Amino acid sequence: MPDIREEIKKRILVLDGAMGTMLQAYNFTEEDFRGERFKDFPVSLKGNNDLLSITQPKAIKEIHAEYLEAGADIIGTNTFSATCIAMTDYQMEDMVYEINFESARIAREVADEFTVKEPHKPRFVAGSMGPTNKTASMSPDVNDPGYRAITFDDLRLAYKEQAEALIEGGVDLLLVETVFDTLNAKAALFAIDQVNEEKNLQIPIMLSGTITDASGRTLSGQTAEAFLISTSHIPLLSVGFNCALGANLLQPHVEAIANKTKFAVSAHPNAGLPNAFGEYDETPEQMAVQIEEYLKKNLVNIIGGCCGTTPEHIKLIAQLAAKYKPRPFV
Amino acid sequence: MKNDDKRYLKLSGLEPLVITPESNFINVGERTNVAGSRRFLRLIKEEKFDEALAIARHQVDAGAQIIDINMDDGLIDGKKSMVRFLNLIAAEPDICRVPIMIDSSKWEIIEAALQVIQGKGIVNSISLKGGKDNFVWQAKQIKRYGAAIIVMAFDEKGQADTYERRIEICKRSYQILVEEVKFPPEDIIFDLNIFPVATGMEEHRRNAIDFIEATGWVRQNLPCVSVSGGVSNVSFSFRGNNTVREAMHSVFLYHAIQAGMNMGIVNPAMLEVYDDIPKDLLEYIEDVILDRRDDATERLLEFAETVKGVKKEAIVDDAWRKGSLQERITHSLVKGIDQYIIEDMEEGRQEVNSPVEVIEKHLMIGMNVVGDLFGAGKMFLPQVVKSARVMKKAVNYLNPFIEADKSVEQRANGKVLMATVKGDVHDIGKNIVSVVLGSNNYEIIDLGVMVPPEKIIETAKKEKVDAIGLSGLITPSLDEMVYLAKEMERQKFTIPLLIGGATTSKAHTAVKINPEYKNAVVHVNDASRAVTVMGDLLNPDTKNEYVAKLKKDYEEFRDRFLNRSKEKQYLTIEEARKNKFKIDWDTSVIVKPREMGVQVLEQISLKDLLDFIDWTPFFRSWDLRGKFPGILNDGVVGEQATQLYEDAQKIIKEIISKQSLRPKAVFGLFEANTIDDDDISVKKNGKQLAVFRTLRQQIKKREGLANIALADFILPQESQKNDYIGTFCVSIFGADKLSEAYKSKDDDYNAIMVKAIADRFAEAFAEYLHKQIRTKHWGYATEEELSNKDLIKEAYIGIRPAPGYPACPDHLEKETIWQLLDIENKIGVKLTEGLAMWPASSVSGYYFANPEAKYFGVKKIKDDQLRDYANRKKITLQKARKWLHPVLAD
Repeated sequence: MPDIREEIKKRILVLDGAMGTMLQAYNFTEEDFRGERFKDFPVSLKGNNDLLSITQPKAIKEIHAEYLEAGADIIGTNTFSATCIAMTDYQMEDMVYEINFESARIAREVADEFTVKEPHKPRFVAGSMGPTNKTASMSPDVNDPGYRAITFDDLRLAYKEQAEALIEGGVDLLLVETVFDTLNAKAALFAIDQVNEEKNLQIPIMLSGTITDASGRTLSGQTAEAFLISTSHIPLLSVGFNCALGANLLQPHVEAIANKTKFAVSAHPNAGLPNAFGEYDETPEQMAVQIEEYLKKNLVNIIGGCCGTTPEHIKLIAQLAAKYKPRPFV
Repeated sequence: MKNDDKRYLKLSGLEPLVITPESNFINVGERTNVAGSRRFLRLIKEEKFDEALAIARHQVDAGAQIIDINMDDGLIDGKKSMVRFLNLIAAEPDICRVPIMIDSSKWEIIEAALQVIQGKGIVNSISLKGGKDNFVWQAKQIKRYGAAIIVMAFDEKGQADTYERRIEICKRSYQILVEEVKFPPEDIIFDLNIFPVATGMEEHRRNAIDFIEATGWVRQNLPCVSVSGGVSNVSFSFRGNNTVREAMHSVFLYHAIQAGMNMGIVNPAMLEVYDDIPKDLLEYIEDVILDRRDDATERLLEFAETVKGVKKEAIVDDAWRKGSLQERITHSLVKGIDQYIIEDMEEGRQEVNSPVEVIEKHLMIGMNVVGDLFGAGKMFLPQVVKSARVMKKAVNYLNPFIEADKSVEQRANGKVLMATVKGDVHDIGKNIVSVVLGSNNYEIIDLGVMVPPEKIIETAKKEKVDAIGLSGLITPSLDEMVYLAKEMERQKFTIPLLIGGATTSKAHTAVKINPEYKNAVVHVNDASRAVTVMGDLLNPDTKNEYVAKLKKDYEEFRDRFLNRSKEKQYLTIEEARKNKFKIDWDTSVIVKPREMGVQVLEQISLKDLLDFIDWTPFFRSWDLRGKFPGILNDGVVGEQATQLYEDAQKIIKEIISKQSLRPKAVFGLFEANTIDDDDISVKKNGKQLAVFRTLRQQIKKREGLANIALADFILPQESQKNDYIGTFCVSIFGADKLSEAYKSKDDDYNAIMVKAIADRFAEAFAEYLHKQIRTKHWGYATEEELSNKDLIKEAYIGIRPAPGYPACPDHLEKETIWQLLDIENKIGVKLTEGLAMWPASSVSGYYFANPEAKYFGVKKIKDDQLRDYANRKKITLQKARKWLHPVLAD
């Protein structure tokens, strides 16, 4: 079986683009989200994208296939919000294991089809682990800055459940992404380290933080380098940033960590900044020009897209990535 | 990659702390420790967490690079207090920017703390005291949480108190950690136990020297580790004699640091500068610390008696004066202290070959720190302006020496021309940008206010400036800027054009100015961006790329903007009139003013205006965002806002006592009726004195919403009954003179401050007068009881719209008001050719009393209304178009 730790030394790996953006095009209705199985579920399920892995698996497979067709080496599972913390909104805490397992299985299936077709370009499945909708180091209550809506242990247990399900569903690696609160990420890393020990594994981890705006800090206030230092205690496959910013605005933050880490470096920026209507309108060509700057500067080992990116974006990025050498690292 | 060859201790709070061999001694703050500070213990016991936080903040402000937090006390719930305190610290960016040292002997507390800090901190401490298994397990957990550790030189047999025992325990601990636990060696810090010397007991004689020697061994034999310790222990026997203790601490540190101790808990207030220790005392202390004589202790004890209490405890504030010259200069610049800068300049001048080096080296190093802090959001605008004040004072001191020394020429980063455009008098923002750029080593040519375009062009050519910055507050200034851009293009300029000021916007810059000039045009909306923008524009390596990007950005912005604005639908002016705002005149109550006619007010005291000041815009003019008074406690800018507010209060007090600002006002109350839908006839005893022309909203509204003009708020002529209108001008005189006085003393901070304050007073005056009108002179709201907050929220009856603002965008109407009230003669406020008021701190407008009158924006109007308006006003279409340009729909 191909090992991503070997593959990443040979070339720049391409991560897929947005799942949510692609799903929008399907215009799924409440009924579609529910499917047969949840038709009598007590709360509205529209918007629970992760559930589509169970109720609309065909669509999820199609999207994975489109990204793989476009040249992605790594596809992320449809599990960004599949923790018992984030699923509370839909009263779906009990579905967490199944959603993660099924999402991993589907992605595995599609990826393997492509690996069989093109054995020289093995494809990998990354289990996507989002930040949840709670923050461990910030108070949601303006009147009590010392209050916390979630504890480290709650997060650790939620991430542990998710990581186990993803691994058992067949992922090659885990992707802890869109980290806006470093303490949440530390809980995820702690959990994964425990799972590794219990299962006697060394599952590779991609860690990707989010610099929320031009201040150059995470939502929880850390600089890029402080984020790196706070999360480097667990051996990572890669560290980097995604979301919130377009490629050009994200670049300085990637640069800020690229020469300070012995891990591989990843970036999956948005297709620019959202316009007044919350849409991303950076074209594949516009984004590719900016991504090429990363490649010219030898900044990354893994490159992909986040909000607003489509297979067309990834296709251009993959074509560019093939022309450049990966960033050397230990 | 290049930085990663070496394994350094890397820690983080919100910001990184990387400890390299080149790093200075890392000082750990120790006051947030219930075992070490009685006050802190009391605050925690009484759950006064706010005050406890203040201690932490003070530590960080005073230079602690890490803060040690300890809650080990039998009388408090250590775990609960630790978690609560750390969670509160996490909400204070100025504290939690530094890494946390979790100090506890209880694992339960350590683990709870590790679960609430997002950065990489230090656990203080673990050791082999409880056996190897426990040690390994704890180290593994800590590694998984991501923290460094302090390992005490302690094992199953007890605490290490000799050189050999220290080495034995450290070596074993290191092996276990690195080989079994795979703990990163750079994350290990050894605490080698500092014990008191000069206790009189023979076995304590080597306490200090053993520590120092063991430190040397550890640093040489255990790769990558650090060594730490609590320094005050060493002088324990001299409690009560701070002179000796302070000297002992610095002697001990001097030798321990040389041996490799690189961090520790030291109270900076309890530290003498090594070089400042009197030679005799130094000798006695070194004898003790280094165990050089058998009678060392006796000799020091004897000598100690003679110096006891000689010196009072140093004032903490002055401790920084003990730093190196560069440190002192940097400190003065960063903190904006001008008290010592002259003596430091003199000292610097003596040290260098040419006086200009003091500027190029010492001052620039300091200003770079200021720039970095500012760029990183750790300093705020008012502080930077204060820094600039110190800088200016320093440079002025050096200038005569530099001029005498003809051998060198100063080099600035670039030359920037700054001007407030023709017809406009507002310059606070421009002055702030000038100061900020000036303090970043740009040469500023400030042409002042009301600068004609020819002068800007001519000066730019003559002085060969690198950039032009234009500022303006009133809407006609926008067209001046467009004109200037065209001129620059026509005259083949290539330098960048910077646009700023309250009415300017990225939209206007992108849509109207940028297309007129092929080279760089940038809208700089706040002063804090000015330095980076200028840097990008002038850096020869990146400027082409940056300008290309800018151009592209602005063009895209323009396209998007134009596409959007096309979607609006408009009514014809006739249709809009049919949809006017309808007041039911049969039931509407019209109150006749108690005092008709024109009155001048000159006997107003500034004191009476104080309560009417809306402070929020004052902070905004200094780039501090937030609502007053909440801004004073804001987590990010609160401290600066408070400082700024205090400085403002100080100046206001002085202004009031010296009466250096003078309020003057004139107002008039008249009969009035609306004629021909959109005009207001102003009358005295039925005879027309003037006509106010109003503009009507033309954008197609939703069903049920009116197309409003101010004329709708006045009873129409046809009613045959009188309605009333008021008009006014208030002004604060003297700000310019006062500002100049400060400027001539190189005090830009206060020069800008008085103008900002004058603006606030003018607005407060307008608010004050409006209240007097409502309750007294007109008297339609005699019962009203409104707080300042209500005033700011405009909770009163009636409105006071001002020409040039959204409800009546035509500045030309000011001329009508000026004639009607004879303002220039009566109080001396002038109108410039751009129809800005002079003094700049002035407000003028109308009073409408109808309870249904409300503020609104005319927004864009169409050509038919423009023509109609020009006709009514009897001005040429060209003139009307010029003045209404900003509101014309494309």
